[in-house]
Amino acid sequence: MRSFQERLAEFDARGLRLAAISVDSPAINREYVRKEGYTFAFLSDPAAQVIRRYDVLHPGAGPEGQQVARPGEFLIDSTGTVRWVNLTESVLVRARPGQVLQVFDDLVRAPLGANR
Amino acid sequence: MKRRWNASLWVGFLVMLAAAFSYIPIFARIPATRDFPWVNLTLFATGAALIGLGLTRAFRRPDAYRGKVAAVVLAALGAGVLGFFLVGTFHFARQLPQSAGAPRVGQKAPEFSLLDAGGNPVALSSLLSSSVGGRQTRAILLIFYRGFW
Repeated sequence: MRSFQERLAEFDARGLRLAAISVDSPAINREYVRKEGYTFAFLSDPAAQVIRRYDVLHPGAGPEGQQVARPGEFLIDSTGTVRWVNLTESVLVRARPGQVLQVFDDLVRAPLGANR
Repeated sequence: MKRRWNASLWVGFLVMLAAAFSYIPIFARIPATRDFPWVNLTLFATGAALIGLGLTRAFRRPDAYRGKVAAVVLAALGAGVLGFFLVGTFHFARQLPQSAGAPRVGQKAPEFSLLDAGGNPVALSSLLSSSVGGRQTRAILLIFYRGFW
């Protein structure tokens, strides 16, 4: 998250918005966002309804056996269509800002549909 | 003749401990060393080589070096620490669900409305139709993460 915040200007310049989603409550997110100085959206999905709809639920993986989201990133264009999905095989490996910016630039440069 | 302290054993073991416990707080935060823990594995190799040197000294030149017992104990503990690290990073960290039903490229992203940190409802469609940093939103990256509870 910190690495995304550090390069937020590059995302803003492209009109590429960021939204982080977890099972944390708005109160926890508020505290976390304030402490870390994040300025993009942190959304709460305590019942994991959206997490389940995107099939990124990791049941029982929280410290007290809670259901949490596994790491995963989805790039969605302005028509609401998924253009890129990143689901790695390790919890330690997540999308990097530079990687996402590159993917976005490639999608913009490629003729619509040519990259599929 | 007074036998010398077998320092490489202890230094080697400390290097192995550092190798195991530096990944999460340090190297997993640096993109270049995160995906594959090559710095940590290099540290492990260095620590193991030092312990190997200490073992050789303790058993081949017992007249000059101390530490036969320590050599065996530290070599076993070092192997245990390495095993713990390998199982943690290459097995447990990869016990992720398949996510076979996740939205695929070309599909419509499921619409949702969730509360932001200010407690205000935010819909995917409204995020896509509003502006960001003074510019019209062209795309959005949803980042699902484990959370901090």
